[in-house]
Amino acid sequence: MFAYIVRRLVLMLVTLFGISVIIFVLLRIVPGNIVDILFAAAGYVDPADKANLERELGLDQSIVMQYLHWIGGLLRGDLGYSYVSEKPALDEILPRIPITARLAGLALLFSASIGIPLGVISAVNQGTRLDYILRVVSLSGLSLPSFWLGLLILMASVALFGTMPIFNPNPQSFGEALAIYCVPAMAVGFRSAALTMRITRSSMLEILRQDYIRTARAKGASERAVNYHHALKNAILPVITVIGIEAAFLIGGLIVTETVFNIPGVARFLVEAIRWRDYPIVQNLVMLIALVVVVANFTVDMLYAVIDPRIRYTD
Amino acid sequence: MDAINYDAELKRAGAHSTHGWRKLTFLAQRYMLGTAGLIIMIMFVLAAVLADVICRFSPLTVDSAHALSAPNSQHWMGTDSFGRDVWSRIIHGARISLAVGIGSTALGSSIGVAVGLASGYLSGWVDLVFQRITDILQALPLLVLALVVTAALGPSLPNVIIAIAIPLIPTVARVIRANTLALRELPFVEAAKSIGMSEMRIALRHVLPNTLAPLIVLATAQLGSTILTEASLSFLGLGIPEPYPSWGRMLSESAAEYVRTAPWLVIFPGVAISLAVFGTNLFGDALRDILDPRQRG
Repeated sequence: MFAYIVRRLVLMLVTLFGISVIIFVLLRIVPGNIVDILFAAAGYVDPADKANLERELGLDQSIVMQYLHWIGGLLRGDLGYSYVSEKPALDEILPRIPITARLAGLALLFSASIGIPLGVISAVNQGTRLDYILRVVSLSGLSLPSFWLGLLILMASVALFGTMPIFNPNPQSFGEALAIYCVPAMAVGFRSAALTMRITRSSMLEILRQDYIRTARAKGASERAVNYHHALKNAILPVITVIGIEAAFLIGGLIVTETVFNIPGVARFLVEAIRWRDYPIVQNLVMLIALVVVVANFTVDMLYAVIDPRIRYTD
Repeated sequence: MDAINYDAELKRAGAHSTHGWRKLTFLAQRYMLGTAGLIIMIMFVLAAVLADVICRFSPLTVDSAHALSAPNSQHWMGTDSFGRDVWSRIIHGARISLAVGIGSTALGSSIGVAVGLASGYLSGWVDLVFQRITDILQALPLLVLALVVTAALGPSLPNVIIAIAIPLIPTVARVIRANTLALRELPFVEAAKSIGMSEMRIALRHVLPNTLAPLIVLATAQLGSTILTEASLSFLGLGIPEPYPSWGRMLSESAAEYVRTAPWLVIFPGVAISLAVFGTNLFGDALRDILDPRQRG
C-alpha cells in the first residue's frame, strides 16, 4: 500500500511537471507578447521603453530562464505578478477560489442527489416507458450546452420575476445566497447529473443480473432492500469514479456558467486572463486546475480501497 | 477477446434476415432512438451542404433598417443587432459545427490511433513515454486545454479544429492501446509472425482493423462533445472569429443583454446546438449497442 502511494505521488509530480512545461511553451509560441499588445494599444512605440518594460517583466531572458524563474517562485509560494492589475497573482487568485469551490460543491451535490436515484429507477424499470423517458432526459442533459441552459434560466427568471439574479459577494439573506449559488450550480450540474444517471443505470443493470441478487430475492428481501441495499452498494464504485472525475472536470462547465451569470470565480478569471494575455495568471490557474484533477483522481483511487474492502493496493 | 459476429448477434436479437435492406429496417425498428439521431444528423449535413439553396438571405449581409426585428414572415427567426437573418446564420452555422466536429474528431482519432497502436504494439520505452504524455494531456479538462491552445494559436477555423483535436488524442490512444494489447496475444498474430510477416504489416493489416469497432463507437461519442466545445469556445469569444456564423458566437453576441429584449437571439442558436449534439449522442448510443454488444446495458 505504502509503495503504491509513493509511486502514485511520483507519477503525479511527473504529470504536473509535464503540464507546467506544456503550458509555459504554449503561451510563449504566440507571436507577440504582452508588451507588443500594450504598445499596440498606445499607438506609438519607443524601442527603449519597450525594452525597459520587457526587462521589467523578465521577457528579455531566454525561455528556459523564464521557466526556471517561474517554477522556482512556484515552489516558494511566489506566483509572480499579474501583468494587468500588477498585483501579486496569489492575491488575485486566492479570493476567487472559494466562490468556484462552492459552486462546484453544490453542483456535485445536485448531480449525485438527482443522478443516482434516477439511475436506479431507470435500471430497475429497464425497458419500460419510464426508463425510455429517463434515458432521453439524461441524453438531453449531455447535449444542452451549460451556457445556454444558464441563459434560459436567466430568461425564465426575467419572465417570472421581472429581474435576473445578480451576483452579490455578501448576500443579505439565506434566500439570496441560495439563488446566487444554487441556480448556476444547477445549470452546470445538470450535465453531471445526466452522466451520473447513465453510469448508475448501466452499473446497476450489470449488478442486477448477478446470482446473489436472485438469492436475495429468493430469501424474501423486499424489492427496495434488493435494489438499494444489495445492488446499489455494489454498483456505486463506477459512479464514484465518475463523480470524482467530474469534480475536477466541472471547471469546463463552470468557465461558461460563471461567464453567463457574471460570477467572479477562478473559472471566469481564466478566460479573462487568456483574453488579456496575462500569462502569470493563466499559467498558475492552469497549474491549479491540473493539481485539482490529479488530486481528485488520486482521492478516488484511495476511496476505492475504503469503500470496497476487496480492493487492496499492493505492488 | 473474440471477434464479434454481427450477423449472429442480429439473429439472436430476432432479425429474420441479415441481408441488405431487411437488415437496415430491422435495425431502424429495434433502435428507434438511434434512427431518430441519424435522421437529425442527416438533416444537419443537408443544411450544411445546401445552405445556399435553403436560405433567402446571406448570413453576412448587414441590414441596419431591420436590426433586432422579431420573428416575422420575412425573417422567420428574426434578425440580430446588425439586421442579419438569424435563420440563414443558423443554417450556415451548421457548416462550421460540422467542419469542426468532423475535422477535429478525424484529426484527434487518427493521431490517437497511431499513438495507441504504437504504444500497445511496440510496448517498452515507446509505451512508457506515450503513457506519460497521455497522462499529462488527460490532467486538463477538454475546454481548458482547448482554450489554452486557441489562445496560443489564435482564433481561426483550422486552429479551433486543432485545439479541440489535441484533447481527444489521449482518450482514443488509451482505447486503441488496450485493444492492441489484447489483440497482440491472439493466435492470428502469432500465425502471422510465424509465416514471416513484418511487424509493421501485422500491426497495420491485422491488428488495426480489429480495433475499428471501438474506434467508431468512440469517435461518434466524441462528435457531440467536439460540437459542444466549439460552441463554448466561440461563446467565450475565443473560437471562430467574426463574421462567420458560429452558433456559440451567436449566443455570446446575444448573451445577457438580449435575454430581456430579443429572446429569439438566445433561443434559436441554442436549439440548433442542442439538437445537433442530441442527434449525434442518440446515434452514438445506438451504434455502441450494435457494434460493441459487450457494453450493452
